[in-house]
Amino acid sequence: MNELVWIFISALLINNFVLAYFLGLCPFLGVSGRLETAFRLGLATIFVMLITALCAWFLNTYILIHAPYLRLISFIVVIASTVQFIEMVIKKTSPALFKALGIFLPLITTNCAILGLAIFATNKGYGFVEGMVYALGAGLGFTLALVLMAGLREEAELCNVPRLIRGTAMNLIIAGILSMAFMGFAGLFSAV
Amino acid sequence: MVKKKQEDAYQEFIKGLWRDNPVFVQVLGMCPMLAVTNSAVNALAMGGATFFVLVASSFLVSSLKSWIPKQVRISTYIIIIATFVTVTDFTLEALVPVIHKELGAFIPLIVANCMILGRQEAFASRNTVKMAVIDALGMASGFLFALFALGSVREILGEGALFGVPLFGADFEPWVIMILPPGGFLTLGLLLLFFNWVKERKDRLAERLAEGELS
Amino acid sequence: MSGKPELSLKGSEPSSTRLVATLGFAGLLSGLIIVSVFEATLPTITAYKAKVLKEAVFTVLPGVSGMQRLTYRDGHMIPAVGDEEEEDVVFGGYDADGELIGYAVPSAGPGFQDTIRLLYGYLPQERKVVGMEILQSRETPGLGDKIYKDAAFVANFSALSIDPEIVTVKKGARSALNEVDAITGATISSKAVVQIINRGNQRWVPRFSGAETPSKPTPSGGG
Repeated sequence: MNELVWIFISALLINNFVLAYFLGLCPFLGVSGRLETAFRLGLATIFVMLITALCAWFLNTYILIHAPYLRLISFIVVIASTVQFIEMVIKKTSPALFKALGIFLPLITTNCAILGLAIFATNKGYGFVEGMVYALGAGLGFTLALVLMAGLREEAELCNVPRLIRGTAMNLIIAGILSMAFMGFAGLFSAV
Repeated sequence: MVKKKQEDAYQEFIKGLWRDNPVFVQVLGMCPMLAVTNSAVNALAMGGATFFVLVASSFLVSSLKSWIPKQVRISTYIIIIATFVTVTDFTLEALVPVIHKELGAFIPLIVANCMILGRQEAFASRNTVKMAVIDALGMASGFLFALFALGSVREILGEGALFGVPLFGADFEPWVIMILPPGGFLTLGLLLLFFNWVKERKDRLAERLAEGELS
Repeated sequence: MSGKPELSLKGSEPSSTRLVATLGFAGLLSGLIIVSVFEATLPTITAYKAKVLKEAVFTVLPGVSGMQRLTYRDGHMIPAVGDEEEEDVVFGGYDADGELIGYAVPSAGPGFQDTIRLLYGYLPQERKVVGMEILQSRETPGLGDKIYKDAAFVANFSALSIDPEIVTVKKGARSALNEVDAITGATISSKAVVQIINRGNQRWVPRFSGAETPSKPTPSGGG
């Protein structure tokens, strides 16, 4: 049990996918302008991550032992299909959400965070339960980073920022400071 | 006529290096890159790997563009890109295992590099093979240049060395945070800022020249 | 220059067969390329991995000239066949006559930043740890990474008694045989290394004591 808690907290805070591993930067810098959208994208990502972790475990355990070189391709095919499927579901059930997410939903496919999750979980040799816990932690960590960033950016919009720095440069510097703050979680393991 | 074509080709190449630099201008493809640019060698290796994948993919996509139906084009591009990434992964592991270990799981992540897929969709699938390859070479060079800049700055400040060669005396207190994640974000942000500043000065200079303010 | 006419919506929409065929063909071609490169690079990669492992085992077990993968089953240490879980495998180190000198035990656990994986050498007769090598870690550069960069820290593990259990002490305060000088400013990383080794011992020392030790098989079983 201790092990699972460690995996979860590690993925959520200590080794946050965005702020420590730089995964998922495209949506992080692109979507985090508005709190609402950021949160929704985060939720969609968590869902895709959970399914990806499940499929990755299945592939690793039963299929890829015979053909380990097909790992990357099979992962990406699974991710692309999952996102396609979710897109269809969201389109049917909540057209408003679909419109709000817009282009960013298919972009989850090239979201390095999802592929990164699959690859990292494989490298760490996680089983089924560990993989799911890892996915949950990673997804929540991603959402957390996104939401924090969105909040900060919404605040920054009200400030008098020099023109030259506005835009991605400023967002990256904000991200850097946020990342520094998250480094403070590093010693958490001794409490776990 | 030939000269114009040569100029065009040259323009194509140059645009990827500076004007439309994928990292500094388009801010594409950063995802996995910040993690591996904590030293100049790693940055070059990653840039090199991406270089190969981009050029090879652009070549193949452009060659096969008339055979790929529009509906499945993205999936096909991804399959092509993933193939070259896998090939690069194995080749690097066999040839330079130490560097491969440093880059670790980030090599497969080249597949998710928005820049590569973006170039296929935006350019390679709509232009001749020759232009597609030149564009790829330009973009990849710009990318390599950007990564190298990032990696060098981080290594110099964070370890006091470049390519593992110590630059400063033993008294140098390395700015460790530079080789940690926050350093990646900050360095890129500051480099972008610098790039914007240079660009703005150039544009303003051109404006004033055009208005005849300067002789 | 124009080969095939471009597919457009005006003309015929490509049939599903055509779409599937394209993807199928792409997949097939891709698979072929990947498999060839895989097969071509496999020997080099496998050889390198074996070399790295051998070097690590020889580092943590001084005086060893051969090695073998072992696992524990029904009270015996037997050669591992290959499909065991990573955590159930240790490496036996043998001298030139094929006699068992000690075991190289892999172990892992949480460090300061992320999981630390290491290999340590253990002599069951003397109940001593005789070497330690960090295989993988993500500790803080300049502080935690001293667990492999600081030769003095690593030297702590070259003659370490395991009874009652290995403990860390403040740097310089080392007095007993089971104590390790922690790294100043990296207490957590230092403690983690010790904890990982203790855990490895908890698992394996009872097994080593109770089991018969296998000798190295004569044709190149290790190396």
